[in-house]
Amino acid sequence: MDAIILQVLNGLDKGSAYALIALGLTLIFGTLGVVNFAHGALFMIGAFCAVTLSRILTLSHTIIDDTKKDFLGNPLKVEVPYIYDIFGQTTGDAIIDWAVPLSILFSIPVMVGIGFAMERGLIKHFYKRPHADQILVTFGLAIVLQEIIKYFYGANPIPTPAPEAFTGSFDFGAMLGFDPNTIIYPYWRLVYFAFSAIIIGAVFAFLQFTTFGMVVRAGMADRETVGLLGINIDKRFTIMFGIAAAVAGLAGVMYAPINSPNYHMGMDFLVLSFVVVVVGGMGSLSGAVLAGFLLGILESFASMGAVLEILPGINQIIIYLVAIIILLTRPRGLMGRKGVMEE
Amino acid sequence: MSNSKLTRRGLIKTGAVAGAAGLTLPTYLRADGHAGFTNAPTGDTVTLGFNVPQSGPYADEGADELRAYELAVEHLNGGGDGGMMNTFSSKALKGNGILGKKVEYVTGDTQTKSDAARASARSMIEKDGAVMITGGSSSGVAVAVQALCQEAGVIFMAGLTHSNDTTGKDRKANGFRHFFNSYMSGAALAPVLAANYGTDRKAYHLTADYNWGYTTEEAVKSSTEAMGWETVAAVKTPLTQTDFSSYIAPVLQSGADTLVLNHYGGNMVNSLTNAVQFGLRDKQVNGKDFQIIVPLYSRLMAKGAGANVKGIFGSTNWHWSLQDEGSQAFVKSFGTKYGFPPSQAAHTCYVQALLYADAVERAGSFNPCAVVEALEDFEFDGMGNGKTLYRGDDHQCFKDVLVVKGKENPTSEFDLLEIVEVTPVAQVTYEPDHPQFAGGNLGTCNPGA
Repeated sequence: MDAIILQVLNGLDKGSAYALIALGLTLIFGTLGVVNFAHGALFMIGAFCAVTLSRILTLSHTIIDDTKKDFLGNPLKVEVPYIYDIFGQTTGDAIIDWAVPLSILFSIPVMVGIGFAMERGLIKHFYKRPHADQILVTFGLAIVLQEIIKYFYGANPIPTPAPEAFTGSFDFGAMLGFDPNTIIYPYWRLVYFAFSAIIIGAVFAFLQFTTFGMVVRAGMADRETVGLLGINIDKRFTIMFGIAAAVAGLAGVMYAPINSPNYHMGMDFLVLSFVVVVVGGMGSLSGAVLAGFLLGILESFASMGAVLEILPGINQIIIYLVAIIILLTRPRGLMGRKGVMEE
Repeated sequence: MSNSKLTRRGLIKTGAVAGAAGLTLPTYLRADGHAGFTNAPTGDTVTLGFNVPQSGPYADEGADELRAYELAVEHLNGGGDGGMMNTFSSKALKGNGILGKKVEYVTGDTQTKSDAARASARSMIEKDGAVMITGGSSSGVAVAVQALCQEAGVIFMAGLTHSNDTTGKDRKANGFRHFFNSYMSGAALAPVLAANYGTDRKAYHLTADYNWGYTTEEAVKSSTEAMGWETVAAVKTPLTQTDFSSYIAPVLQSGADTLVLNHYGGNMVNSLTNAVQFGLRDKQVNGKDFQIIVPLYSRLMAKGAGANVKGIFGSTNWHWSLQDEGSQAFVKSFGTKYGFPPSQAAHTCYVQALLYADAVERAGSFNPCAVVEALEDFEFDGMGNGKTLYRGDDHQCFKDVLVVKGKENPTSEFDLLEIVEVTPVAQVTYEPDHPQFAGGNLGTCNPGA
């Protein structure tokens, strides 16, 4: 029992990341009709927003410390962050420690800007082209973005820790009456899950309860009619692209402490996120979220020792296996609507 | 801390080898040089092929390897301060290239993929006329390129490859490895682990699901079990895994009090980060503090995992903080040229380039078979690892192994590991037909065309 609870918890944070990326993918697909293979790259850029902000906060000037020697025997150059000069060392350290949460504020304008630039600069030229062309151009864009990040930040993962206050783990087992240490869960992953739930809730509320959201939903259902009513749907869809980019970016920012960001992390999530979208049903926002959590949890179960003993290798294929079964039994996915991608 | 000592057995062996070499000079060492082999250099230059990851996850490690090779070429051609050429026990290298021919080089991108690495090596051999291929940052690549070089009739001087198989079941006559291996890591780590964590431990292994992972798991398992540890479970993790939480979470439930991460590169960075996030290191199991072990460390991994490596034991082939003459000479010339200390990958590549050049000088020929003979059972010193033997039976270097741990208070981004012990070579030496290396056959050297 405790092992099962543990894997459900484990699936939640992975599921949160899948759900956030798939949500953005579905928003773009539903509004603009574009299959955006560069979406994983947006997640990755989000994580690098956290890296960038922590680098900005630790921008330093060097002072020479004559009492110490470097590896060549020369006087040691000590890096002193400018932030120490401004706020003093204690406050400076605290600000640097909180770089990841602060990156949320930093990343939103950056990601919305990147989203606008991507949509206006490249993707809008592909609205009327076949899906295969869209996939090719966005996949190419993903590779370009990835290489740009690698050029500036290198290929090695960059550690981006969570604030000191969130290190360590919470003992659920002890709370639920199991033996201590049987169900432990890191604090930051709890934060990540809660954060995802808030973002998902906010996106749904925005679409459901605002006039802007209503128009977007109407446009998703019937773009032509909304256009005939004199509403500039293209502009709203561009804004939605920016929002989708911000959602992916935020998912990336908060993911940075979980796994050290590297230029390739977007691709690692991209393929799985597409499976999530397809399983959830193309164009269905709630389907994307549901499938994200479902597949995240199933993936966790599949890597349990007891399961691997019976079905070796299941951890590597579970997601695709489930996708095949769902698509065979429900060809439109869990919550897919009729007519999407079927013309 | 113990330092390497020349053992009585080692001394006798050295004497025997030296004596034998002196008495029976092989044909190739007497010959003036041979034509009739692949890419025999005809002009006044010779081309070496540096096959390193320039893209993909190990691109940074590849960049460091390339820096080392460029430095080696500079030194071979008489530039710079000469680096380890000055401390190398063999004095055959004169700083006038190799056999008087100026050293030039071409590079290939392995991408850390076996097929891409073979393609780039093949191109350097066939199009650029490389007479030797060296480099790489993975055992899969090393084994694949080594087999290609054997077929093509050129020498392969392996870069960073740690799997037993490179000089075990997949060994080849044309291939040579200076880097240490999984067995040596296990043999060096076990006594240090016993001394620090006791002989009554329950270990849980997470192992990357590929060749290197298997040999490392086997090596650490057998050496720790031999000193009394119990292996509770050994779970394979997919090489493409990025989030290890579902593998880490069940560790405590298993009753294990030690986690061994047989992971390299990005895998290790992520699994260690996850394990620390789960608070494993703050736990007490079976009345002992929970411990994590990383059998193979590299600087880039330590850098990627950041503060999470503090206090964690592992092993490396070499470290820039070593105080011997050779290491210091290398650190000085590398550090002066590039502004930071070299990594172990850079070190092994630099040494391999010099060893090859030296073997050619001593053989008096670029003929791969002459080079093989010159390298086999060659004993040398002054290259940063103490007295070293290139064993003829399997083309593996035997030298001291460093046990290190993550430094508590690093002073720079390169100062991440500290040396805990220099394990003497005798302790990590094994028979060529040891079960962990069984099934291999060097075959005969292939000079190619």
